[in-house]
Amino acid sequence: MARTRAARRTIRHTAALGVAALALTACSATGGSPSGGSAGGDGTAGGSVTLVTHDSFHVSDGLLEQFEADTGLTVTQVAPGDGGALVNQLILTKDAPLGDVVYGIDNTFASRAIDEGVLEPYTSQVPAAADAEPYAPDDSGSLTAVDLGDVCLNVDHAWFADRDVPEPATLADLTDPAYRDLTVVTNAATSSPGLAFLLATVGAFGEDGWQQYWRDLTANGLKVAEGWSDAYYTDFSGGGGGGSRPIALSYASSPPETIPEGGGEPTTGALLGTCFRQVEYAGVLAGAQNPEGARRLVDWLLSDAVQADIPGSMYMYPVSSAVDLPEDWAQWAPLADEPYTVPLDEIAANRETWVREWTDLVTG
Amino acid sequence: MAAAVPLLFLGVFFAWPVLTLVGRGLVADGSLDLSGFAEVLGRPRTWRIVGLTLAQATLGTVISVLLGVPGAAVLYRSRFPGRGVLRALVTVPFVLPTVVVGVAFRALLRDNGPLGFLHLDGTFAAIVAALVFFNYAVVVRTVGGLWERLDPRPEQAARSLGASPARAFLTVTLPALTPALTSAASLVFLFCATAFGTVLVLGGMRFGTVETEIWIQTTQFLDLRAASVLSVVQVVVVVAALAVAGRARARRERALSLVDTPVRAVGRPHPLPAVVTAVVLVLLALPLAALVLGSLRTGDGWGLDHYRALGTTGGRNALTVTVWEALGNSLRVAVDATVLALVVGCLVALLVSRRPRRPAARRAVGVLDGVFMLPLGVSAVTVGFGALLTLGHPFGIATDLRATGVLVPVAQAVVAVPLVVRTVLPVLRAVDPRLQEAARTLGAGPGRVLATVDGALAARSVGLAVGFAFAVSLGEFGATSFLARPDRPTLPVVVFRLIGQPGADNYGMALAAGVVLALLTAGVMAAAERLRGPVGGEL
Repeated sequence: MARTRAARRTIRHTAALGVAALALTACSATGGSPSGGSAGGDGTAGGSVTLVTHDSFHVSDGLLEQFEADTGLTVTQVAPGDGGALVNQLILTKDAPLGDVVYGIDNTFASRAIDEGVLEPYTSQVPAAADAEPYAPDDSGSLTAVDLGDVCLNVDHAWFADRDVPEPATLADLTDPAYRDLTVVTNAATSSPGLAFLLATVGAFGEDGWQQYWRDLTANGLKVAEGWSDAYYTDFSGGGGGGSRPIALSYASSPPETIPEGGGEPTTGALLGTCFRQVEYAGVLAGAQNPEGARRLVDWLLSDAVQADIPGSMYMYPVSSAVDLPEDWAQWAPLADEPYTVPLDEIAANRETWVREWTDLVTG
Repeated sequence: MAAAVPLLFLGVFFAWPVLTLVGRGLVADGSLDLSGFAEVLGRPRTWRIVGLTLAQATLGTVISVLLGVPGAAVLYRSRFPGRGVLRALVTVPFVLPTVVVGVAFRALLRDNGPLGFLHLDGTFAAIVAALVFFNYAVVVRTVGGLWERLDPRPEQAARSLGASPARAFLTVTLPALTPALTSAASLVFLFCATAFGTVLVLGGMRFGTVETEIWIQTTQFLDLRAASVLSVVQVVVVVAALAVAGRARARRERALSLVDTPVRAVGRPHPLPAVVTAVVLVLLALPLAALVLGSLRTGDGWGLDHYRALGTTGGRNALTVTVWEALGNSLRVAVDATVLALVVGCLVALLVSRRPRRPAARRAVGVLDGVFMLPLGVSAVTVGFGALLTLGHPFGIATDLRATGVLVPVAQAVVAVPLVVRTVLPVLRAVDPRLQEAARTLGAGPGRVLATVDGALAARSVGLAVGFAFAVSLGEFGATSFLARPDRPTLPVVVFRLIGQPGADNYGMALAAGVVLALLTAGVMAAAERLRGPVGGEL
C-alpha cells in the first residue's frame, strides 16, 4: 500500500516535472505565444483561424494584417510540407485537423484529398470565384482554384545561339541525338515539377506510350536531378549557377527572372509545347474549429489584393481575370495555349503506379 | 526518479508519435496485420535498398574512424598555432544543412565543376564522401575529448620499457580509447544509416536508403503499411548495430585513469597523422570553399552583395522575414532545445553510467543505453508525421501545440539527446569507482559524491555536449520543416526556401546564409571548447 502511494507520488512528481519542462519550453526563448483568445470584433467572424499551406505559401507584407484588421480574426499559419506531403498529412490527421482552411493542394493531388473526405464544400461568392469555376476538380465545391502555372522545359538561348544549334520545340525533339546530354529534369517521385512533367508525357504519348518515350529520353543522356533547385542552379546553364545543360525543367514564369541587370530580354525561354498545367486550390477543412473564418479566408485568397500579389510572391498566375499581370510577365512569361492534360480521376487512380514505373525506367 | 524524467520525455515526444504512426500501418480493421511484412520484404527493391543502406553506413563509418583517429591525435594531443580554429572548423560540416552541402558538393562534382574529371556526380562514392564529410568531426571530437585527458603515464611507461611508438599506441592507448571509439562509431553508423537529404541530392535516382524510401512511401504515396514495415526494418538494423557496439564496449569497459585538466600536449604532432589530417582538412575545405565562392559571386564579378541582402527579405520578397530575423529565431530555438537536451541527456548518462551489482539490473542498464539512442535510428519523417498525429492536444491541453512552434525545440532535443549522452557517458563511465568509494568512506552522501566526483569530472564533457546540442539544433531541418511556424522560420528553413526560388540573387543569398550558419556553428563550437576549462594555447 505504502509502496503504491510512493510510486504514485513519484509518478506525480515526474508528471509535474514533465509538464514543467513543457512549460519551460512554452514560455522560454522561443516565446511561443499560443494563438488562442478570441478577439472577435462585433458582427465579424471573430476568434482565430488556422491556415494550413504548402511550404511555398507567401504573400506580401501587410496583406494578412489587413485581413485580420478587416475581419477581427487572428490568423495562425501551419506549413507542414509541400504538395504530396501536405495532402497526405491532411488525410492522416483527419480526426484532429491541422487547421480550418487549406491552401496549396494542386490538381495532381486534388482528387485524392476529395475522395478521402478531408474537405467541406464551400462555394465562394466573390467575383473571382467565377474565374475559378472552370478549374474546379469536380462539382462538389470542395476545392476552389486560387492560382495556376505551367511546368515547362526552359532553354538557355545563349547556349544555342553560340553553337548555332536550333532550339528544340517539342517533347519528341529531346530524343533527337542532336540534343544528347543536354537535358535535365527532376525526380518525379519526390518533386512536384517532376511529377507534373511525367504527367505531361502521359498526356502527350498516352497511357501506353509514355514509357517508351522515357526509355528514349534516358538513352539520349537525360539527367534526373533531385529537385527544382538542383536542376535549375546546378545543372542548367542558364540558371545563374553555371551548369552545363541548356535544357532544364522549370516553369513558364521562370524566364523573366533571367532578364539581365540593365534590362532587355531574358536569356532563357520556356518551351510552351512541353507544358503541364498546375492549378493550386484552397478549401475549408472538414471538422474545422472555425468554418466561418475558413470561408472568409478562401474569399480573401480570391480578393483582388491577394490575386495581384500572387505572381510576385509565389511565381504563379492569378486565377482572377480582374487583375493585371506584372509587366515583365505579360511580355516574357505567357502561359501555354494548349498544355498537356490528364483527367484528374486518372491521375488519382494511377499516380503511384506511374511513379513506380517511372522510377524503374529511369534508374534502369 | 532520475529514470522517469527522460523516459517520460522520450515516451511522449518520441515513442508515442512513432508507435502511433507505425501502428496505423500495421493495424488493419482493428487487428494486427503482419501480411505487409511478407509483401514488402518480398520486393527485390526492398532488399536492394537495405543492402545499399548497410553498405554506405559501413563504409562511411569505417572511413570516418580511420581518418578521425589521426585527426584526434593531431587536434587533441599536440600543440601548434591555429589548433583551436581547426578544431572548431572541422565541426562545421556536421551541422550544415544538407541542402547547402548538396549544392556545394554538386558544384564541385558536376561535369563542368573543378572535380568533374572524376565523374563522381550521382555515384555511390559521392554519397560516401559526403557522409564522411558530415561525420569526421564526430569521431575527432568524441575520441579527442577522451584522449586529451587520458593519463599519459601508461604509454610513457610502455615506451620506456622499449615499445616502439606504434606498439605503445596499439597496445596501451588504443584500448583505452575504445569506449570513445565505439561510441563515435555507433553514432556515425546511425547518422549514415539514416542519412536522408544527402542521399537524395547526391545519389540521384539510383541510390536510396531505407530512410529515403520511408520518406517517399509516407509523404508521396501515403503507403503507411510499407513505411511501417521499413521503419521496423530500420529499427532492427539500428538495434543490431547498437548491440554490436555495446558488446565491443562492454568487453573493453574499464576504469581509465583520467587527469583533471587536459594533458599538456606533447609538442609537434607525429608526421603520419599530421599528413593524413592535413589531406583530410583540405578535402573538407573544398566544399566549404565552393560554398564561400558561390556566396561572393555576383552578376558582374565578386562582392559582398549577397551578404548585404541578408538584411532584406530577398528578391521579390522571397521570404517573410529577413535572414537576420531567421537567425534570431534559430538561436532562440537552439537555446531551448539545448536546455532540454542537456537536462534529459545528463540524466540518461548518469543513469546508464551506473554499474549495478545484480546481473539483471546491469542488463537493464545496457538496454536503457540502447533505448535512448533510438531517436537517431528512426526517420525524421516518422517522428514528424507521428507528432502531427499525436501532439495536437496531448493530455487535454486546449491549445493546438502543432500550431505554436513549441514542438520545434522539443523535436530537436529528441535528436540531440543521444549526442549529449554519447559525449558525457564515456567520461562518466571512465570515472574510477575507487574515487567514489573513497568519498563514501569519508562520509559523503550519494548526492555529494555525485556532485564532487562524477559531476566534477563530467563537467568538462558537458561543455562539449552543449556545443553539439546547440549545433545540431541550429542545423536540424528534417523534423523542423514539419513543425516550424511559417512566420518564425529557422535559418536552415530560410536557406531551403531561398534555394527553391528562381533568381540568381536568391541563390547567392542562400549560399551567403549558409556561410553565416557555418560561421555561427564554428563560433558556438569554439565557445564550447572554452567552456571546457583552461586549454593551453587556445585560439
